[in-house]
Amino acid sequence: MAIREEDIVHISPPDMNPAEAIYLPAIFKGFGTTLRHFFTSFGQSKVFPGAKTTRAMQYPEERREHLAVEEGGMHVPNFRGVHRLNRDEEGRVRCVACMMCPTICPANCIHIVAGESPWDDREKYPVKFEIDELRCIFCGMCEEACPVDAIEMTPEYDFVGLTRQEMIFDKEKLLHIYDVTVGRKPM
Amino acid sequence: MPRTFLDIFGNPLLALGAGIGGVMTVLSLNTLFCIWFERKVSAWIQRRMGPMEVGFHGTLQTVADMIKLLGKQLITPRGVDKPLYHLAPLMVFAPVVAAASLLPFSKTVVLTNINIGLVLIFMFGGFAVIGIFMAGWGSNNKYALLGAMRSIAQNISYEIPLILSALPIVLLISAKGPMYEIEGEMIAINGMNLAHITAVQADTGVWFVLLQPVAMLIFFIAILAETNRAPFDIPEAESELVAGFHTEYSGMRFGLFFFAEYSNMLIGSMLATVLFFGGWDGPILPGPVWFFLKAYLLIFAMMWIRWTFPRLRFDQLMTFCWGALIPLSIVNLLVTAFLIKVL
Repeated sequence: MAIREEDIVHISPPDMNPAEAIYLPAIFKGFGTTLRHFFTSFGQSKVFPGAKTTRAMQYPEERREHLAVEEGGMHVPNFRGVHRLNRDEEGRVRCVACMMCPTICPANCIHIVAGESPWDDREKYPVKFEIDELRCIFCGMCEEACPVDAIEMTPEYDFVGLTRQEMIFDKEKLLHIYDVTVGRKPM
Repeated sequence: MPRTFLDIFGNPLLALGAGIGGVMTVLSLNTLFCIWFERKVSAWIQRRMGPMEVGFHGTLQTVADMIKLLGKQLITPRGVDKPLYHLAPLMVFAPVVAAASLLPFSKTVVLTNINIGLVLIFMFGGFAVIGIFMAGWGSNNKYALLGAMRSIAQNISYEIPLILSALPIVLLISAKGPMYEIEGEMIAINGMNLAHITAVQADTGVWFVLLQPVAMLIFFIAILAETNRAPFDIPEAESELVAGFHTEYSGMRFGLFFFAEYSNMLIGSMLATVLFFGGWDGPILPGPVWFFLKAYLLIFAMMWIRWTFPRLRFDQLMTFCWGALIPLSIVNLLVTAFLIKVL
């Protein structure tokens, strides 16, 4: 439906007074703004870690984990980073290949090939377990769905790769993530 | 009056060598410092840290960058106008060195003491435009050509308010003449002599910024435009023209353009210092220290402006020059002349 003439509201910018029309007050206000930021962020550095600051973080050295949550820091216990596949007490993969996580995954990034388990305490185990970390939206639904707490999300967020193929994490890699993060986030 | 290098060394060749050596040292150090300082100022204004890795708070970052530039391959694109392309960086850079040698940085010693110093500085400033146009025309690149064309229009236009706002100073100095007594010595005073301009301000104790605030503002704005600094950096205009007139330059050829830009900033600030802020005049500290302190305060102001204001559109730039700055500077000049005659 076309827009009716009576629905159109014509507005014009408010008239500027003479002081505004020469822009000078606004220009000096701009100087004030930049100078305020200049002096309040001046010289703050990692040399003085105690200084309370709102400046940009020197990322690799300073991380959000180091800050308190109230100051914009990261709440590590429930941060959803890269996945891991947990091991049980005997070092075997906990996963029983029940297919709950690929079913609930909204991004369809989990691919499991189930096979007959070589152990007698379970029927199935994952022969292949792949997570495409580039498709993953880090919603944490897989973690919620897992009945045996086999898949979990760690606080690690700085994982990178040179190719897309590299970012499809297989079972060995996910188990390795468990090995390196087991201290940081106990199961 | 100050002794020149020629008086000190006796031999013209020796004086020339010492002068070139001194100027190049100062300009190189200035470039190294200014690039680091600009990055720091922009970082602090944007609440960042700026370079922090190389040296204490990134102080050696520029040295590292310079070494990188020196090691880079010099690419000559196909189809360039070779003589123009190769000469352009030198044409931009050489006048800067010449102009820097004219500034009276100290009460007792100057490089040169010429009665037409002011004219010469403006002349060398005009030379840079030729170099920029050679670079733009010789590069065989549409962005470079557009940048060069804008640069020509801008620099020629802004030279008018620049000179018109310096003329009241010449009038003020000439009105003291023809003979003027400085520290018990009668000298034939000349309004175009930069050493005399500083000496008169130091002698009377009144910096010309107090007598000529409008001229100072116009002069400073024109200096910004002449050095192609933001908000008048349309010859480079990264977001529109890639890198403007030096798009096709790489390695140390590009480095020379960079060098020239920061040296021009220093010379512009120093000239403003001489004309309006009493040059080396100041209490306690020695003259050269005051001179450089004032110049670097002005450079800080330039950086402050750059990181505060967005770039002007080309027509706004021209309207601002021809519609505001030039009439204002002419009125300022006429009023000054009238007051000098009456008072």
